[in-house]
Amino acid sequence: MRGWSTPEPFAVEERHRVFACDRKALARGVRAGMAVSAALALAPRLRVVPRDPAAETEALLGVSGWAAQFSPGVALEFPDGVLLEVSGSLKLFGGLEPLLERLHRGLAEMGWSATLAGAPTPRAAFWLALAGKREFIDSVAELEAALAALPVGVLRCGDGTLEALEAIGVRTLGELRALPREGVARRLGQELLDKIDRALGLLSDPRNFFIPPARFRAAIELPAEVTQAEALLFAARRLIVQLCGFLAARSGGVQRFVLGLRHRDRAATEVAIGLVAPSRDIEHFTLLARERLFSLALAEPVREITLQADDVVPLAGRNLGLLLEEGKAAGDWEHLVERLRARLGTDAVCGLVLRAEHRPEHVVCVGEPDSKQLHLDFGERPFWLLARPKRIAEIGAVPHHEGPLELLAGPERIESGWWDGDDVARDYFVARMQNEALVWIYRERRGEGGWYLHGVFA
Amino acid sequence: MAGTPFPFAALLERPDIWRGDSLSRTGTPAVPSGFPELDAELPGGGWPAGALTEVLPAHEGIGELRLLGPALAALSNRGLRLAWISPPHLPYAPALAAAGIDIAMLVVVRTTSPIETLWAAEQALVSNACGAVLAWPQGAKYAELRRLQIAAEGGRAPAFLFRSPQIAGEPSPAALRIALGTAAAGGLAVHVLKRRGAPLARSLLLPAIPPAVRGKNHHVDRHPAAPAAARDFLARLVHA
Repeated sequence: MRGWSTPEPFAVEERHRVFACDRKALARGVRAGMAVSAALALAPRLRVVPRDPAAETEALLGVSGWAAQFSPGVALEFPDGVLLEVSGSLKLFGGLEPLLERLHRGLAEMGWSATLAGAPTPRAAFWLALAGKREFIDSVAELEAALAALPVGVLRCGDGTLEALEAIGVRTLGELRALPREGVARRLGQELLDKIDRALGLLSDPRNFFIPPARFRAAIELPAEVTQAEALLFAARRLIVQLCGFLAARSGGVQRFVLGLRHRDRAATEVAIGLVAPSRDIEHFTLLARERLFSLALAEPVREITLQADDVVPLAGRNLGLLLEEGKAAGDWEHLVERLRARLGTDAVCGLVLRAEHRPEHVVCVGEPDSKQLHLDFGERPFWLLARPKRIAEIGAVPHHEGPLELLAGPERIESGWWDGDDVARDYFVARMQNEALVWIYRERRGEGGWYLHGVFA
Repeated sequence: MAGTPFPFAALLERPDIWRGDSLSRTGTPAVPSGFPELDAELPGGGWPAGALTEVLPAHEGIGELRLLGPALAALSNRGLRLAWISPPHLPYAPALAAAGIDIAMLVVVRTTSPIETLWAAEQALVSNACGAVLAWPQGAKYAELRRLQIAAEGGRAPAFLFRSPQIAGEPSPAALRIALGTAAAGGLAVHVLKRRGAPLARSLLLPAIPPAVRGKNHHVDRHPAAPAAARDFLARLVHA
């Protein structure tokens, strides 16, 4: 069950009975199985929502996709269990304790409360968790004693069978096993005994492993309509944790993901977040989402957040050098570019690319940072180029820009570009201003002529 | 009072004691500026790394980029990124390439407000992913500069802030402040307004002149066009 930081207690009902409730409701005395009216009497501000099997299934699939990063063997136990075959993963994660720690932390970060239990057989592990026992049993020998103490409710057989068991005074699996097998099989069905035998490992219990979908798509319905970016980020982070677990399971990363903010009446607001290089870093994704969500002007409160990532690309492992390489900055360049772009816009961060061109304004084009470069040799060029040439005065055959200019070098004739209609014919000079600044000016050779300032040497 | 008298000379030997009349030379990481006479006057022998340097040119175009050229070239050729944040014009790649700067290492960040400029500069410094950060902030306050200085201290990159000479009288947390002016010989006059160490009374004269202008100082070339062009052309032929 997903917890929220809302002040009201929360419960799910099914057929007018409380099916599950959160800790705040538990603290007020609300228990599963209680009538909704009784629960409301105990906690008048209790928010009760009907049980939604579709949402439960989706949540279970989401958790399974996330959990696949810990083991390739993930099986589902509908409607509320996820089984992980971890014996092969223990070495990778450094033993059971570190693995449990990661499972606990990840589930908590996604907002789930869960009971973790382990046993040599999947059914026994599931039953332990169902009974709320956080136990880890690693030998078949101890299994029998542990299972004997479990209530018969974990069998999840029909209400009729449970009532029959209660009527004959059988409360635990141990008491059930103590009864003669033939009699139990005849009165309650062979199925019941087979279940217990599977849990004990006496019968085989094959499982279909869960196959994660190719694309990631997850949603969180918010407990109340939300307008604050902080609350949106809180929910988005839960989805991001789930996404990163999903990506880790596939050894992949994404270069783009889309946060969708659904409103009551309007079309959803889509926030696409792009990255320079594929990644699956939770903190980095959260940071980018933060920049975008905090700069967003919401037209309407948000009811639901979705996270979608379509193209999962394999993320190559990186070899680290033995020593820190001298000269290489320790920081992460891609992350910096993404952060800047998330706030300032994609176009605001660019690299420069040289082109084989004679016209000064066409030599440089703006490209991606890290573009490949030509090696070209030009004449004397200024460090600053004006966005567009600035007309300057000519007084007595001498160009003036804040006083007369003194020509130091030139002319360098540039005549080019007749093929694309943007042709130029200019004589360029290096000139010195009265205040000693050096500028790059040219005399237009076509039309009415005149002098233009085009660059500053700096 | 009993005990041995505290040896004062030994106290002065401690590396964390700095004497007001001397330049600290050790322990200050720096990036050589490429001008030996300037390096000699800067603590650590160059532009302070992991610290702010304020450059106050008397006016635009005086040679503020030529001054940084050698250091930027050296950093970029070591594969370090140069972040240019909110420059006043487009940095012109052919000139940068001619100064030896690897253009592939260059990234230009355009911002729409002074606050964004400071934010971007802070991000670039905090990320520790840049070899040098150049920024053109407008009207930054002391507290904002202090933030940048702290961000810079976490990394190894020198941070250059280009500011107007009018603020020379204002206090600044920058480790180094230099004002640029012109000199009679056509070079660049560098006044060190503040450094980690004793103040420098005299100004330095650096030969930061574009090649095309060398040897053409303060005499009016009456016929600039033809002979100069012919010379340049011949020179290029010889080079080719």
